[in-house]
Parts: sequence; C-alpha cells; structure tokens
Amino acid sequence: MSKSSKYNGDDIWKNNVEKINSELFTLTYGSVVAQLCRDFNNNYHEVNNQLDKMGYNIGLRLIEEFLAKTGVRRCQTFRETSEIISKIGFKIFLNIVPTIENWSSDNKTCSLILPEPNPLTEFVELPITTDSKISKELWYSQILCGVLRGALQMVQLDVDVNFVKDVLRGDDRTEIRLKLNKVLKDEIPAGED
Amino acid sequence: MSSYYLTIIGTRDNPLYEVEFSSFKPNSSSTSSSASASSIPGRAQFAPDVREILPFIANSSLDIIDDSQWSTSNFNLGRVDSFYGLVVNAFITQGNVKFVLCYDNVGSGTNSKYDDNLIRQFFIDVNDLYVKCLLNPFYRVNDAIVSPEFDIKVKLLARKYF
Repeated sequence: MSKSSKYNGDDIWKNNVEKINSELFTLTYGSVVAQLCRDFNNNYHEVNNQLDKMGYNIGLRLIEEFLAKTGVRRCQTFRETSEIISKIGFKIFLNIVPTIENWSSDNKTCSLILPEPNPLTEFVELPITTDSKISKELWYSQILCGVLRGALQMVQLDVDVNFVKDVLRGDDRTEIRLKLNKVLKDEIPAGED
Repeated sequence: MSSYYLTIIGTRDNPLYEVEFSSFKPNSSSTSSSASASSIPGRAQFAPDVREILPFIANSSLDIIDDSQWSTSNFNLGRVDSFYGLVVNAFITQGNVKFVLCYDNVGSGTNSKYDDNLIRQFFIDVNDLYVKCLLNPFYRVNDAIVSPEFDIKVKLLARKYF
C-alpha cells in the first residue's frame, strides 16, 4: 500500500527503538502468566480477562509512543489501519510482521496471523498432561488483544479483538481476529453544549 | 546389547523422570539370533528381578554423587558406582539436579573409555533438554517432567548415542 510504505518499520526498528534481550522478555511474560494462573486457581477465563486488562492499559499509553516514533497520519480506511498495525506496530515493538487475511466483505473484520516463532511463547509448553482444561480455555498471548484494543481506542476506533487459534493449543497457526465496531466521534462531554 | 536406565533426580532427592532403553546398534557379539529377532529395538532387557531394583540402585548412589561432586570441577561425574555388573554413571547440573544412568555392561570393558565419552555427550545433551524444560513458565523446579515432547527427545538422544 502506498501510504504505509512511506513509513518504514525496518528503519525505525533498527535506529530508533530500545531493545531488550528477548529471553528476558519471554521469561518475564511467562512468569506473569504462570503467576496469574496460580493466583486465580487456574480459572483461565479470569486469567484471560486480567491479561486483556493489562494489555489494554499498556495500549492506552503505547499508542503515544507509537505515534511519536513513527509520525503516522490518520488512516483513511480500516484496511490501511491494519497494514500499519502489522507492518509498523508489530514490527517496531516485537520485530514480527503478522500477515493480514480473511477480510469480511464489509471490510470491517480481518485476521492477523502471527508468524512463528511468536516471541511471547518461545520455550512455552502448556501442561496438557496434568491439566487438560488449560488448552481449551487459556489464551496465552491474550495481552496482545488488550494492547490492540487499548491503542486503537485512543485513535477513535472501537474494535473487538480476540484470539481464535493458537499454535500452543495445537492449532496450525496463531490467529487474532480484529473487528471494527464503529469509529468513535470526538464527543463533547455531556452538559457542555 | 546393553540395557540402560536413566533417571533424573531433583534437589530434594525426589524422582523427576525415568526411562529405560537399550542400545539400538546391533551387537556383533554372541546374542542368539532368535532372541534378538523377537525383541523390539530399544526395548530394555533387564532381568525382571534387576528391573525392579533399578530405582534403588540409582538412589543408593546418591550419597556417592553428593560426595564426589566436590572432588571435581566437572559436571559429569563419570562412573561413580557399580552394583553386580551394573555400572552407574552420574551427571550433576548447575542447579543440583542429578542425572543417573545405570547400565549393564555386557560385552564392553575393552572400550569403556569410549562408552564414558558417549555417556558424557549424552548427559550434556539431556542437560540441554532439561534446561529448555526449565525455561517453560509452567514448570517449577522439582516438578515431575511429564511433557511427552521431553520424553521423545530423550529417546531420540538415546538412539543417537547408544
């Protein structure tokens, strides 16, 4: 897409991003998830919720950094937005570029396919032999959904984000579903008209 | 054809993992052809009465392992014990987890140096697998290792080296 090629995720990743050791990152996130599982007594729905909330709070702030580093302008269409998310957003923060597929006919729903290896899930193996529930209920990388939801909300896009497939569960690929509900208007607070 | 028994023992002397296997390489020496034809390659062939005391043999060597870890700077402790023709080799990880390998040395003896070297390599590779397993956030130190993937990889290593 012409618009997104103007901003180069590779260059920003190389020159303008502070990097940390990926194993440190992976293990830190792993400890967070494992600790949440213990804290909520393996209630994985609640763990998903918590991860989503943490991600949401990250996303609310992360968007500022994203805009400051990239100088991306307002997108015209949701397709353009998704391109920016994958080629620049994921690139500069995680150094991966998910592919975008499965557009619905109204251009409001699409899938992000995370490439393997997913930096969040390196070394991870769900303990399916001791707890069969975990592979049906836990979305290990749920925090990503929260981040996307939070970040997009700050640019007036109300989206639903959720996982539909995860390689960790034995699926063939890792897929995040992105659904645009509506474009929020800059509303005047009630009682100020 | 030698049979092997590998066990991983945690820091509180609790068993984490065990596996039995035998050498996959066909033996040139005097195994009768009918017996080896009926056996599955890799199936351990300990006598039943030996088989049931294998965990005891492994655990009885723990004291020796604890002592000998201070006499060398290597993680591989080599041959630490033997028990009626069964030889016990051991390896200790940085986290004080022990790998113990018991095997009957049928037909070896001439090339025991060679065997020890193989076992050392085997231990180092098993240690790699163990570290990978340890990096999994859902695994805690001293949990039993039940991952099927770990099991398969150890067996592949066994096949590669023995």
